[in-house]
Amino acid sequence: MTLVLSQLFTGISIGAVLLLIALGLSLTFGQMNVINMAHGELIAAGAYTVYVLQKVLSGAGLSLLIALPVAFVVAGLLGVLIEVLLIRRLYARPLDTLLVTWGVSLILQQVFRDVFGAPNVQTRAPSALTGSIHVTDDLVISSSRVFILVLALVAVAALTAGLRTTPLGRRIRAVVQNRDLAAVSGLATGRVDRLTFFIGSGLAGIAGVALTLVGPIGPTMGTNLIVNAFLVVVVGGIGQLKGTVIVAFTLGIVQSMVEYTTTVSVASVIVFVVIVAFLQWRPQGLFTLRTRSLA
Amino acid sequence: MFRIPGRRSAAIVAAVAAFATLTACGAKTTDSATTSGAGATIDTSGSSVKVGLLNSLSGTMAISEVTVRDSLKLAIDEINAAGGVLGKQIAPVSEDGGSDWPTFAEKAQKLISQDKVAAVFGCWTSASRKAVKPVFEKNKSLLFYPVQYEGLEQSPYIFYTGATTNQQIVPGLDYLKAQGKTSLYLVGSDYVFPRTANKIIKAYAEANGMKVLGEDYAPLGSTEFSTIVNKVKASGAAAVFNTLNGDSNVAFFKEYKSAGLTAASMPVVSVSIAEEEVKSIGTQYLAGQLTAWNYYQTTPGAANEKFVKAYKAKYGADKPTSDPMEAAYTSVYLWKAMVEKAGSFEVEKVKAASAAGGITYDAPEGKVTVDGATQHIFKTARIGKVGDDGLITEVWNSGEPIKPDPFLKGYPWATGLS
Amino acid sequence: MTTLQDPVIAPDPTIQPATRRFGAGTGSRAVIGFGLAAVALFGLAPVVLGDFRLGLLAKYLCLAIVAVGIGLAWGRGGMLTLGQGVFFGLGGYAMAMHLKLTDAGPGQLPDFMQLYGQLDTLPWWWKPFASPAFALAATVLLPMLVALLLGLLIFRRRVRGAYFAILSQALCAALAIFLIGQQGTTGGTNGLTDIQGFFGYDLNDPLNRRTVYFVVAAALLAVLGIAWQLMRSRYGELLVAVRDGEERVRFLGYDPANVKLVAYVVAAGMAGLAGALFVPAVGIISPAMIGVVPSIEFVIGVAVGGRAGLVGPALGAIAVAWARTALSERLPSAWTYFEGLLFILPVVFLPGGLASLAVLLRRRTAKKEVAA
Repeated sequence: MTLVLSQLFTGISIGAVLLLIALGLSLTFGQMNVINMAHGELIAAGAYTVYVLQKVLSGAGLSLLIALPVAFVVAGLLGVLIEVLLIRRLYARPLDTLLVTWGVSLILQQVFRDVFGAPNVQTRAPSALTGSIHVTDDLVISSSRVFILVLALVAVAALTAGLRTTPLGRRIRAVVQNRDLAAVSGLATGRVDRLTFFIGSGLAGIAGVALTLVGPIGPTMGTNLIVNAFLVVVVGGIGQLKGTVIVAFTLGIVQSMVEYTTTVSVASVIVFVVIVAFLQWRPQGLFTLRTRSLA
Repeated sequence: MFRIPGRRSAAIVAAVAAFATLTACGAKTTDSATTSGAGATIDTSGSSVKVGLLNSLSGTMAISEVTVRDSLKLAIDEINAAGGVLGKQIAPVSEDGGSDWPTFAEKAQKLISQDKVAAVFGCWTSASRKAVKPVFEKNKSLLFYPVQYEGLEQSPYIFYTGATTNQQIVPGLDYLKAQGKTSLYLVGSDYVFPRTANKIIKAYAEANGMKVLGEDYAPLGSTEFSTIVNKVKASGAAAVFNTLNGDSNVAFFKEYKSAGLTAASMPVVSVSIAEEEVKSIGTQYLAGQLTAWNYYQTTPGAANEKFVKAYKAKYGADKPTSDPMEAAYTSVYLWKAMVEKAGSFEVEKVKAASAAGGITYDAPEGKVTVDGATQHIFKTARIGKVGDDGLITEVWNSGEPIKPDPFLKGYPWATGLS
Repeated sequence: MTTLQDPVIAPDPTIQPATRRFGAGTGSRAVIGFGLAAVALFGLAPVVLGDFRLGLLAKYLCLAIVAVGIGLAWGRGGMLTLGQGVFFGLGGYAMAMHLKLTDAGPGQLPDFMQLYGQLDTLPWWWKPFASPAFALAATVLLPMLVALLLGLLIFRRRVRGAYFAILSQALCAALAIFLIGQQGTTGGTNGLTDIQGFFGYDLNDPLNRRTVYFVVAAALLAVLGIAWQLMRSRYGELLVAVRDGEERVRFLGYDPANVKLVAYVVAAGMAGLAGALFVPAVGIISPAMIGVVPSIEFVIGVAVGGRAGLVGPALGAIAVAWARTALSERLPSAWTYFEGLLFILPVVFLPGGLASLAVLLRRRTAKKEVAA
């Protein structure tokens, strides 16, 4: 029983990491149709922010807390730069954004390599986040995973609230649901796009900060993670936050359970088969926004 | 739905196909005598001789291979400053393998046939070595491979300056056995080295009364280890033998500590964690864990002091030196020794000089000797412990250099492995 | 109108609508084009290039064969196939398995199986590949079969656009990880290497390597011929119609799923053929050629050359592969910057690819003539 519980928590924590990465994508990909392959490098930018801040600040805990907003801004600005220079020209060609941002990701990787060196860099975690919490005598969960889970849930709550209640949120939803109508109604769609992209990229930066607690910090740290994160958004249903949340946790739990009983390579194949089968049942993902459009 | 193709276009396709068949048949030769000549041409005209440096400078493997390229360059600079080899300066030609095996093969061919290099130094992963091996054999050109590997290979055109299994994994197991550890859990990246290493470990365990409680592989570059660490923990093994590579180690050790496992409760012996990796993982996760190598930055001796000092002067005081970097550095000097003994850059003569025996070099890891028969080198095995300062200090060594035995022929328990 | 669940790809102004004439050319122009290509590939290249560069060109031509298929599926059909690595890999492995078995000799196991798999007998699924006829057929038919099954599932349920692209990417990742996991029978990360012979021809012989080049070049011409026929047929027009307005085609009484399926399956077959030829040309096939990265790299050549034409994708693939080699040889530690720019600049600023440059130039000269 303890084993099942601890494995369940492992699944939830894998899901939380996926969710943090997918959250930014659910904005840039889900709401704006931009397939941003450089999302992984925005994550790396967030992680490197922690590294740089720790060079300046001594306390590991303090620097981590400060890194959260700083990484959000750094990755967000980087994202806006990409949007203004390149993606803005590609809104009519969503698939092309994939190729262009792939090129951006190659360049950013080389920039990281030239600035911070090719090997991985080290960050220190506050000692409270390197240990574990004893729930019962046998059931031990890691405190860094709990932190990531809380962070992911807070980010989801903030994003949901922001989209529902703030004027900016309403504008984002208006542009997403009907760009032309929003434009004729007097919304500066270009500005809204830029802000959406800023938030989506900034969330990648936050994911990067969280990942320093559990993974390596290096030029290619993001590339391994984003294909699964894209799958989460696709299966969750584009344009739907709740779908992303549910699918991220489900996928995490399925992955960890299958992996526990078989091997990693079998697990990844099974997860793929499950996803294709799922899309047979709901080709538009778990939740869909109903519109009356054809095509 | 299809329109029947016009007669003319059908004729074109037919003509093309016919042409293809003709050319294919026309050139049939089963005689391969044209290649079996003196071997690769080496450009020795002029005052310098070219050597190739083949490392991944981009892609996922760049994190490890860039430092190897750096120490190769250091050795070349030193040799050049001291007058070069046979009176010629060494001109390095660097190529990027891009962490992609077919690219390694392409670049190896380019170095040999376009640049006409005297030897190539580099490669890291076994997969990249396997990809270039036929290229070097086909062209009869030399590769110096500087990384510990899984053994079971002996190409006449490759010199292996890293450890083979009996110089690293077997001593690691001997050490664990001496410490009274009777059960193991095996964790590795999913590629040739860990899978082969684990086979050897299982054979050793069976012969020595140790139990292997589990075996898990993660894809190269994988950074999600919570499930694997859960399995390790549940197994209650006395120690973990870790053959993970690169990035994965960082994630594994962060997870390991989070799960409440420590070096005291369940020590991990790692064979791919050197000073460079310690630096990127952090001592807060690694302190007290064990490693098995042939060289550490702290290895005593004048040769090492000189190497460490020169490396830091060239690349920065905060840059550590590690086993693969040392093996790469040593490989250049060994090549120099062979060339000087042969009195020629010609591949077959260089090989003959090494086969005759007696090629030695006072390396940072201690005196190394080339074993002419296997083209591996005698190396001293060293078990180290990660300290709080990020350096690895030796806790045990084999006393004398171990004779390389890539096919483990000298170990009765290993029969049937190769 | 742009909607949420399905981004409509606005027809690109720089991509001309397909008419009988565009891309495929009229009959006589096509004959001249094929003739020129044949002269360049069979006459010029072997004379001008040394053995090493000719070998590289053979590799580029393999990539060009994949590109022709992508041009058909993506440029004409609007399906961004990011999973071509899978089909390339299936073709490559089918060919390499046969060649490894031939190298090992009858009744023997391939070297890596003895070393890493410690198998006594050949796994059952390797056995049919001992037959050259089966292996050759499998290089093309196996990818087509997989594409057919996958396409039936995906297109019938109207999964398209970005969904389709991400799904094909995930397929690549899953297959690569799976192959790596089965080291004893697939060679794992190493893949199948050290291939010595090609149907009785010794690949160590430079003359035979030249022959391999000629076979690849002939295959490219044949593939171009097939694509040309498909593009100028009624089917080709239907495919473009599906790309530009899938629902309209459905209302006209066609099933767009079938139309897309044909292009997808043909593209998969071409990728399989390319993979099969890649093996003797390069001497290795490994999971590194299957994953997400190479699959994206296949597509970029098509985007650079001009996705909707016939020769654009092939020329683009060759040009990009050549540029990668040239840049990485000259600037081994900084060439990634240029590679990144290679992805960005043509796609952003020249969406029709290099092929549209010719059209632009022609228009400009025409304008000048009018002005004068």
